[in-house]
Amino acid sequence: MSFDFILGMVLFSYLRKFLRTTGLTSFWDKVLQYGLIISIVLMVINIVQPGGRHVTEWIMHLILVAFIYITLKLPIFKPARSIIYAVLPLVIIAIIEDVLQLLNNNQYDDWLDSAEIFAIVWWAAMWFIINRQKKALEKAQQKAKEKEAEIKITEALKAELEVQVAERTAQLTAQKEELQLAITELKATQAQLIQSEKMASLGELTAGIAHEIQNPLNFVNNFSEVNAELVEEMKTALASGDKEEAIAIANDIAANEQKINHHGKRADAIVKGMLQHSRTSSAIKEPADINALADEYFRLAYHGLRAKDKTFNATLKSNFDDTIGSINIIPQDIGRVVLNLFTNAFYAVTERKKQNIPGYEPTVTLSTKKQGNKVVVMVQDNGNGIPQKVVDKIFQPFFTTKPTGQGTGLGLSLSYDIVKAHNGELKVTTTEGTGTVFIIELPV
Amino acid sequence: MKILVVDDERDMQTLFEQRFRKAIREKEVEFAFAFSGEEALSYLNQHEHEAVLILSDINMPGMSGLELLDHIKHTYLKPPPVVMMITAYGDAENYNIAKQLGADDFLTKPVDFALLKQKLNINS
Repeated sequence: MSFDFILGMVLFSYLRKFLRTTGLTSFWDKVLQYGLIISIVLMVINIVQPGGRHVTEWIMHLILVAFIYITLKLPIFKPARSIIYAVLPLVIIAIIEDVLQLLNNNQYDDWLDSAEIFAIVWWAAMWFIINRQKKALEKAQQKAKEKEAEIKITEALKAELEVQVAERTAQLTAQKEELQLAITELKATQAQLIQSEKMASLGELTAGIAHEIQNPLNFVNNFSEVNAELVEEMKTALASGDKEEAIAIANDIAANEQKINHHGKRADAIVKGMLQHSRTSSAIKEPADINALADEYFRLAYHGLRAKDKTFNATLKSNFDDTIGSINIIPQDIGRVVLNLFTNAFYAVTERKKQNIPGYEPTVTLSTKKQGNKVVVMVQDNGNGIPQKVVDKIFQPFFTTKPTGQGTGLGLSLSYDIVKAHNGELKVTTTEGTGTVFIIELPV
Repeated sequence: MKILVVDDERDMQTLFEQRFRKAIREKEVEFAFAFSGEEALSYLNQHEHEAVLILSDINMPGMSGLELLDHIKHTYLKPPPVVMMITAYGDAENYNIAKQLGADDFLTKPVDFALLKQKLNINS
């Protein structure tokens, strides 16, 4: 039996298997299949019919030559060319053997045998190399496939991520809109709170205002009535020729008239102050007498509290620097600041008085001073002072130590903003158990 | 009749002196003035039983008129003088507290001097 049939079988089946990976048309697949079958058939005939051995071998060799020629010619077999090169020497030697046998020429047999061995070695070596290359190729292909799969997964992930990003963006946009709405609402609420803080402090003032208006009215009404009487008396005196008495009465009338004027203006200032206090429109700075303003609110705050709480009491002390003159401020705003400071001071001394310390006299002191190019207004109380842990927070909005419902927590925060808007400073110094001083510094 | 007027408004002195100028001239009435509760107490200490009538404002810095009233009526003078309260707050609470503490009468600002004279039985 010749080695050639096995070579054919191996070649056809191997090529079929190999080329399938590089793309094989069904036609050539069939051809290779038939090649394999024919090789097997020829081998079987070769074994069972020893007489026709040479014929089958020749047919086999011709098939191989034809096939090798086709594979070398057609581009479809290009990837398998190295396999062909591996078997080529074997086939060529077999053909030469066949031809020599036909010619009954045996003189080259030894040479051919060694050539055949060399061809087999060549084939085996090539086969080994090809196999190795093939495996490497397969590995590379496998890797490429894996990479492709990876890319596909990555792309899928990317698409998924994009969807998520879009969703998230939509969510964030919605959140942003919600937040903006919330901010708008908060701003509106803040404006309302500021207004209600003003109204609350106006409420604190109303009783004080009533008291402060009734007092000047008392003088206006009574002095004017007295003057009416005095005019009558003067007429009587003049009629009786008592010139001296008439002049004395006229002097009294003039003095009373001054008092009427003074108290009338006092009432006027109080009403104006009240109106300014509740006004919401942005005001402009104007020259104002800080001493008079602070004093007025000092009294208003005191009488306001007195009206609300009958047990409340405090000694008011004031110490004005008369050299200050007028300074440029928004009077109702600074009024609000000092009112707030007075209210707090009165609250502080009231709290301390509740502790029934023997000899304790609740005292609130207002002092003003000109210091270089600034005016300092100090509101001092001898209350319990502010605890150190709280003192940093007192200017924060909504911070209050008063029981719920008694303070908005906006008083000092608003005061701070107002003083800042005047390019001034609002400071506090406090000692626990001794009292607190709030200091307003305003530029002249 | 000696009347002590207690009010932190200093013009009250001028007003009373003018309003009662005839009565003062005719020695029908005599006035003393104090401008705080504390001042009123020290006056009463120095001139015991001189003032038969006290007219006091309620709302004053330091000692209030109500505290003064409480002092006079309960811990101070025996027998206590007549005390009339004058206030700018015409509210019921002040009135009730003043009455509880023993105030003999209650007037509101602006003061109606015709009414006051009537209460004091002064005709001029």
